[in-house]
Amino acid sequence: MQTDSLHTEELLVNMGPQHPSTHGVLRLVVKTDGESVQETLPLIGFLHRSFEKIAETLTYKQVVPYTDRLDYLSSMNNSLAYCLAIEKLANLEVPERASILRVITAELNRIASHLLAFGSYALDLGAYTPFLYSFRERELILSIFEKISGGRLLYHYNRIGGVARDINIDIISEIGQFIDIMRKKLNEYNELVTENLIFIKRTANIGLISMSDAINYGVTGPCLRASGLKYDLRKVHPYSLYEKFNFDVPIGQGLKGQIGDCFDRYWVRLKEIEESLKIVEQALDLLREGEIRTKISANLKLPAGEVYVPCENPRGELGFYIISDGKPNALRVKVRAPSFCNLSILDPTCRNTLFADVVSIVGSIDIVLGEVDR
Amino acid sequence: MNYELISSKLNEKFSTNQNQLNTSTAGDPYFLINKEQLLPICQYLKENEELWFNFLKLITAVDQGDKFSSVYHLYSYKYEFGITLKVDLEKTNPVVDSLCGLYKAANWLERECYDLMGIIYKGHPDLRRILLPLDWQGYPLRKDYVAPTEYNGIDNT
Repeated sequence: MQTDSLHTEELLVNMGPQHPSTHGVLRLVVKTDGESVQETLPLIGFLHRSFEKIAETLTYKQVVPYTDRLDYLSSMNNSLAYCLAIEKLANLEVPERASILRVITAELNRIASHLLAFGSYALDLGAYTPFLYSFRERELILSIFEKISGGRLLYHYNRIGGVARDINIDIISEIGQFIDIMRKKLNEYNELVTENLIFIKRTANIGLISMSDAINYGVTGPCLRASGLKYDLRKVHPYSLYEKFNFDVPIGQGLKGQIGDCFDRYWVRLKEIEESLKIVEQALDLLREGEIRTKISANLKLPAGEVYVPCENPRGELGFYIISDGKPNALRVKVRAPSFCNLSILDPTCRNTLFADVVSIVGSIDIVLGEVDR
Repeated sequence: MNYELISSKLNEKFSTNQNQLNTSTAGDPYFLINKEQLLPICQYLKENEELWFNFLKLITAVDQGDKFSSVYHLYSYKYEFGITLKVDLEKTNPVVDSLCGLYKAANWLERECYDLMGIIYKGHPDLRRILLPLDWQGYPLRKDYVAPTEYNGIDNT
């Protein structure tokens, strides 16, 4: 058969919004030429709940539980960023014990979020077991959170001026046990996935993001660090007493391929779990008796002005930009969602890769659609 | 790096005296800049080696009642410093230059502002709705927006 008489044409392939590897309601329209990807068009907005409009109609205190629902896998970190923004504009002091409790919950939530990213990433690439293992460990964190706040996914734990409830000695010892278990399990994860030849073949040298591209597209968090920039808001602009803790900022090393590939983004997340464990351990030692919340008036009014407060979320820089005109509700609340900016680099990264690699790349960027669509 | 240094550099380079540093309100200070100068100022801030604002964090559109504002948060990874630029736009014809040529991040951020507030970014390569359906009417984040009672036969009430 003569090959030059065969008819070929570009094919548009639709992926999502109901597709397991798009991690929620993301729709991708992929223009393919055979196996190679020419263009990836992300279509978002399926989960748009108009958070920013709702936040303009509510008082500052009423908005806090809504922030939990932005990135629903790291609720503690979201509400922390929002509370810090309000506290900065209102000039509120937070008691030391509350700040330490915020660090503990934020870091535990970071571990839970990275565990889910780890498990679902392996699942995307065809390995079912790591998903079950990571959910087993994540369950320990969720049960700790249930005892602390009463919720398993959405906590409403951070409040303006402090936190909702104190923790007792039982919970502290449970967190200590979790740290020990998690450290052992990390070795297991490395044996199971990090050194797995099939996993390496699917991720190393795939989906390269250079540091300059990452900065230009506004990519933050583990994806930026995997591209080689040692930048962590907890180190550079510490908030909530992060300056008191010793921890490293892991960056991409190109261990199995080149710096900034899918493997590096996966590897940075696993390393960050280790660092978060260190922070939680130190925070438990720093915990002293004291107040957990500054009393604020029921009808909190902020002075006219504006503030932008960024926090290091599991997915990158979450920022709240709040403009107040002196009324009980905000003039404008804008969320800088890390997943939204990280997702914008998907199309240039996927160009000229193979179709199966699109799944690898989407999984390695680790988006949460609740935050992309807000 | 500090605000005074940036302010003096901007006044030196763009000697119109219209680019003012506002520190009177609570919270973060911001630069209120002239609409026509947005693009040259951003280019200067990004490419000057003593400033190097290479990271566009956020673009926000604000409805102030009698006018719109387009707000830009820039950050310099090298000097670890962030600033806020504000441009005022008239209510009837909110048009401002697009930053897509300077920062790739501007693409989606400007599309979102167009989608929800109806600001037109001149020179944007692909200015269409991003979060809402393409056939949606109106711009929800405007203060005078009235939510529709139905959408394509689906009751909203």
